[in-house]
Amino acid sequence: MAEATASVARAVPSGGRGAKSLRLFLFRSAGGLGLLLILAAVFGATFAPYLTPYDPVTLNPPARLQGPSAEHLLGTDQLGRDTFTRILYGGRVSLAVAGASVVVALLLGGALGVVAGYYGGWWDTVIMRVTDVLLSFPAILLAIALIAFLGAGYVNLVLAIGLVYVGPFARVARAAVLTVREELFVEAARALGSRDGRIVWLAVLPSAAAPLIVEVSLRLAYAILYEASLSFLGLGTQPPTPSWGMMVSEGRRFLALQPWATVAPGLAISLVVLGFNLLGDGLRDALDPRLKAR
Amino acid sequence: MLVFLGRRFLLTIPTLFGVALVVFLLMRAIPGDVVTQLVGAEVEISPERLAELRRIFGLDLPIHVQFAQWLGAALQGDLGTSLRTGRSIMGDLLLRFPATLQLSLMSLAIALAMAVPIGIVAARQRGRWPDYLGSVFVLVGLSVPSFFLGILLILLFSLRLGWLPPAGFVPFLEDPLESTRRMILPALSLGLILAAATTRIMRSAMLEILSRDYARTARAKGLSERRVTLTHALRNALIPVVTVVGLQFGSLLGGTVIIEQVFSIPGVGRFALEGINLRDYPVVQGAVLLISGAFVFVNLLVDVMYALIDPRVRYG
Repeated sequence: MAEATASVARAVPSGGRGAKSLRLFLFRSAGGLGLLLILAAVFGATFAPYLTPYDPVTLNPPARLQGPSAEHLLGTDQLGRDTFTRILYGGRVSLAVAGASVVVALLLGGALGVVAGYYGGWWDTVIMRVTDVLLSFPAILLAIALIAFLGAGYVNLVLAIGLVYVGPFARVARAAVLTVREELFVEAARALGSRDGRIVWLAVLPSAAAPLIVEVSLRLAYAILYEASLSFLGLGTQPPTPSWGMMVSEGRRFLALQPWATVAPGLAISLVVLGFNLLGDGLRDALDPRLKAR
Repeated sequence: MLVFLGRRFLLTIPTLFGVALVVFLLMRAIPGDVVTQLVGAEVEISPERLAELRRIFGLDLPIHVQFAQWLGAALQGDLGTSLRTGRSIMGDLLLRFPATLQLSLMSLAIALAMAVPIGIVAARQRGRWPDYLGSVFVLVGLSVPSFFLGILLILLFSLRLGWLPPAGFVPFLEDPLESTRRMILPALSLGLILAAATTRIMRSAMLEILSRDYARTARAKGLSERRVTLTHALRNALIPVVTVVGLQFGSLLGGTVIIEQVFSIPGVGRFALEGINLRDYPVVQGAVLLISGAFVFVNLLVDVMYALIDPRVRYG
């Protein structure tokens, strides 16, 4: 058994290109810029209380709908709350919901994809038909429908966005498994008597990791967009907790009076999504030259 | 060709069945059931009355019988009645469908009108500034949420410049010109985003084809680069573009739900959102079924077009 494990470990190609890939990723592509944008958002959300003297929910009507000033960097909203503060705190919900939903999708979709790809046959047919049906819905519509019937709330929000992505993750995982299933090192491990679980864990998953990591980054971009869209429609985060999509929706009614209350959170969403898109593209170029977008 | 089309058509039946099943099961995901939601928690009601209401809604039957009845009715165009207004849901959906269709088609037209030329220029000027400009366009388009883009367009073209109205809808058949004018901003909000995704595919498809042997042969024959691009490469490059546009049509349809809300367009999406706010579940169910069904139909259409453009698909 131990022998088989060792042979699998030896047979799996190891990342000799690691250091070179990292350098390529950080400095030669825009991936570094993307990472910077994401880190800035995570930093702002985490240390919000230390970065601003204001509270995100306390009302201050005399100061409502102000433009940017030294006191209020990005102005105030219709209830006098500091927009910059609310963007910092709003990032907590957006990032947490997006992260959690992608984890749900990765675990569920990844597992389904690996089972479908590794065992094939009947499993493959059933799992792929189910993902086909899930993919037959316009993604945001499926999320909206799930929230409509499950009710609002963070758990349902994570489930709704996560479930939408089960299909794409299952497909990526399945495709990756199919390419290595017949490889010599997998066959060798099987011949040496390794159990399926061990083979998947040590030989198949490492090969599937690169496309899955790229998928995670790009799906995070969409998850942020979906959380924002659902909150914009009033189906996501509920007031008074700030979230970016809801801030855009609330500020919209006062667009003519004070565009900053709408434009600033909208820019926050766009920049973080841009960050994940750049990161995903950079990772794809660095990790897997075969997937490189021409 | 006919065999291919027939087979492809038959394949949509299980998909549609699955979609209908999911939409039906969604109804089961609500806390309690329709009757308790309809009655509300505060109202005192006898168990006998509750049982009677459940019987009226058919909730006392086994679940597979309920599904069969619902599906049978849906296939005949009967999606039930609204819990709030008592009106036929199918009738209301048909009233609101033209606005959504107009928005989708105008967005699609904008997307293609931008993506095809930008993609071609980016591919031909690979690595030079038009290419970089194209990449910036793609990245921005993929990162800005449609509702925010819509609001920025309102801010610029309605509030600052005063060129176009910020909201409102006029049926196309009533006044085509005014209808189109009012639909420009909403269609741009969705079209620019769809254009970004399509430009990316157009560029990479064009790049691949321009490096193929037959493109080289055409050049060697002495054809101008323009002829090679427009006559030899474009048709082949459009094949992956058609597929991607078909897939993206789903996000376009989903996007109409959001954009109809931003611009107050009385379409199917807004109908669904009104249904959600009023807890009018059958309305939501009907709207979701209609939009998803439209997406399945578009995918079928894409495969048919695919076969028309690329003979290999028909005989493969």
